[in-house]
Amino acid sequence: MLRFVIRRLLQLVPVLLAIATLNFFLLQIAPGDAADIIAGQSGHATPEFVAALRAEFGLDQPMWKQYLLYLGKLVTLDLGYSFQYQLPVASLIADRLPSTLLLMVPSLAIAIGLGVALGVVASRRRGGWVDGLVSIGALVVYATPVFWLGLMLIVLFSIQLGWLPSSGMVDVRANPAGLAYALDVARHLVLPVVTMALFYIAIYTRLMRASMLEVYSLDFITTARAKGVPEGGIAWRHAARNALLPVVTLAGLQFGHLLGGSVLVETVFGWPGLGRLVFDSLQQRDLNLLLGILFVSSIVVVVANLLADLTYGVLDPRIVHK
Amino acid sequence: MSALLSVRDLSVHFPTRQGVVRAVEEVSFDIEAGETVALVGESGSGKSTVAAAIMRIIPSPPGIIAGGEILFEGRDLVKLPESEMRQVRGSRVAMIFQDPMMALNPVHSIGAQIVEALMLHTALSRRQALDRAVELLELVRVPAPATRVRQYPHNLSGGMRQRAMIAMALACDPRLLVADEPTTALDVTIQAQVLELIGELQARLGMAVLLITHDLGVVGEIADRVVVMYGGRKVEEGRVEEVFRAPLHPYARGLMRVSDWEGGTGLALPEIPGTVPSPFAMPAGCSFAPRCDVAIEACASRKPLLVVRGPARSAECLLLEDPPR
Amino acid sequence: MREFWRRYRMNRAAVGGLVVVVLIAALAVVGPFVHDVDPFEMMGRPYSPPFGEFLLGTDVSGRDILAGIIRGAPVSLLIGVVASLAATLIGVALGAVAGYYGGFIDDALMRTTEFFLTIPSFILAVVIVAIFSPTVVTITAAIAAVSWPSVARLVRGEFIAQREREYVQASRAIGMPDWEIILLQILPNALAPVIVVSTLMVATAILTESGLSFLGLGDPNHVSWGYMIGVARTALRVAWWMTAIPGLMIVIAVIAINLAGEGLNDALNPKLRER
Repeated sequence: MLRFVIRRLLQLVPVLLAIATLNFFLLQIAPGDAADIIAGQSGHATPEFVAALRAEFGLDQPMWKQYLLYLGKLVTLDLGYSFQYQLPVASLIADRLPSTLLLMVPSLAIAIGLGVALGVVASRRRGGWVDGLVSIGALVVYATPVFWLGLMLIVLFSIQLGWLPSSGMVDVRANPAGLAYALDVARHLVLPVVTMALFYIAIYTRLMRASMLEVYSLDFITTARAKGVPEGGIAWRHAARNALLPVVTLAGLQFGHLLGGSVLVETVFGWPGLGRLVFDSLQQRDLNLLLGILFVSSIVVVVANLLADLTYGVLDPRIVHK
Repeated sequence: MSALLSVRDLSVHFPTRQGVVRAVEEVSFDIEAGETVALVGESGSGKSTVAAAIMRIIPSPPGIIAGGEILFEGRDLVKLPESEMRQVRGSRVAMIFQDPMMALNPVHSIGAQIVEALMLHTALSRRQALDRAVELLELVRVPAPATRVRQYPHNLSGGMRQRAMIAMALACDPRLLVADEPTTALDVTIQAQVLELIGELQARLGMAVLLITHDLGVVGEIADRVVVMYGGRKVEEGRVEEVFRAPLHPYARGLMRVSDWEGGTGLALPEIPGTVPSPFAMPAGCSFAPRCDVAIEACASRKPLLVVRGPARSAECLLLEDPPR
Repeated sequence: MREFWRRYRMNRAAVGGLVVVVLIAALAVVGPFVHDVDPFEMMGRPYSPPFGEFLLGTDVSGRDILAGIIRGAPVSLLIGVVASLAATLIGVALGAVAGYYGGFIDDALMRTTEFFLTIPSFILAVVIVAIFSPTVVTITAAIAAVSWPSVARLVRGEFIAQREREYVQASRAIGMPDWEIILLQILPNALAPVIVVSTLMVATAILTESGLSFLGLGDPNHVSWGYMIGVARTALRVAWWMTAIPGLMIVIAVIAINLAGEGLNDALNPKLRER
């Protein structure tokens, strides 16, 4: 098991290198470099000043040297400097990543939990009302832009009904502490989490349903029936456990998609995470920050895939991690 | 006299868009306590459907038991409510299947699957059930049962898997074991061992066995009586020696002509020219008529009647009717 | 073809989807002539509710929302269709080469594909558009650049399944060049699922485009539905319909395309109907 994890971690090296290379490439094709941007911000830069800046950043070096320089910086977790915030990109991201995870992890957990449960119910009552509702719901949710869904939920639950806060992570006016703080954050989490989760609930319900129907046609289900196992036990103990496997794989693969969604959802709900940082850096064209976020979020996805693989191994005894 | 299992005029239909498939039509036979009856036929003859009907686990697309009775220990299983049927399944009647790799749940350990059966039908605690599972594995001669009980189906060889499957079926001491092609998926050398095991356990535990097979060698080896099915109907029934030595029905004769059943197991049904008629286009008369080498004109238009030639000795053929028309 | 149409017609939802797609396309083409209003010009009092002087009301700057919906339709549709076509071309090219040749080329191309499947595609699209200031062309290119991997994987699978078939071996035996086998022999046989996937991709591309516009990464010279939502958002408390209307258009368009795509799938793969 440990050796498997180590081997998988080693496999990450080329992926990380590829991400870094892509980032470097994007940085190169971007019109203007860091020196131009600083010069532009100072407003009255002389060509000599710009040249000096170039030399300082190593931008006058040949391309391959710049590339190696860039890689060297990445290894030391130096993702560059955000001119907008006057802070290192790495520390900005480290500051915001937990909020994003606080949003994503419950969303994914709810989506998997509810999706699996609804998928099992829909597959057992094939053609029933749950089944019908699920397919119509999936069709609509698939087609709804996640940011618009968030806005509509704000209209309903914050503006019309006044039940839930529409923006931020905590009520700054009340400035709660301790348990009250946690509860307040939870209250602020409800709408963004629901917004994020809905789309994935639809996805996992459909996948789980299809997967269940496939498992139901397998012989060991007949064996369980012949043993006298009640239908509920067959659905959960025998079928669901097997049907879960593709859902886990997909959940790992979709973490990147989830991160993309969180950019939009955080923007809608003013959630102080990575996604909101993307929006802010867009306003200022803060490329360093933007690329840093792309880099870190790619790593998050890769790690999520690794976790999904490990979960798969736990659920399926046929997989042996050597 | 009352048999342990008495199947009376059983019909199983599968309504489909293209029409009703009559998978089993008016099939009757008895099994006495402790007896082994073989149900023989080609694939599509309806033999596995009979087994599924007895267990009331007829697969989807939903088939229906269209008529008849399945009397088991004096109760009609066809009319039993599902909750009571569940008490019978796995406890009074158990079943083993063709491919033990497919028939065992890959994500649960062997022990967990045996324990599940025990927990459903007995009052044992989980700990006691686990001990019993080890005993059962020992009973079916799985080596190192205490280790095996914690392993998963994919850790075991094909023969071991089928033994585990048998252990699971025997968990609650059933009176009837339905074995649906229990050796077909196994290596030839393993087949004999598994058959021997079934025979031995049957003698030891005094249970009856309904053996579904297309392997005449297997029939000769362990069955007392044989029921031959063709096109969803029972075409012949009798003691194994009678049917093997003096088959009445042309289909059974065709089977026996080429077969050397004393030669051991692994003998598939011999080739008879032609194929089983499509379930959507059953002939109006005898369903075997298109392939029959002694068919007369009337065979194509009239269904034959069951001709009884003694206790539990019968066949369904126009030529046996007296006088033949 | 007639057989295809007969099967397609059997799926009522798919026919409905197709009708709606045609209606939206008609809106995009004919709309500007019928309702010739500049969507960027102030036409009346801001915040007018719908069904008054203006059919769909006015936005925060008094611009006609109906005009925005009409002028936004061709932008969304074109970006969706062109991005999906471009992604399909890239995906087919890479997938076909990988699947046909196998070996090292396959390994290299599939590693690349998997890599692009791993990195968060929406964020990558955001970065690309941000680097090359947003125009219709860069937005389309960015969406295509993040959408091709699924096509490549699909096409590769089809090619691997086909490449050992007799007809391919026969073509090789008569000395047909590889490019001809790939384009004229195998590709037509692998096309059905590709058509379905790229149709569904149009819907995804429209959603991605709306997300980019919402973040302010829309082409400033063209109004789009996502941009309208972004603008209306500031008025959510007082005029929710301003946000709701363009969003509903996106939902309707995407549902319609998805239904049509699924109908296409059923009609092209009769064997899979029962699923």
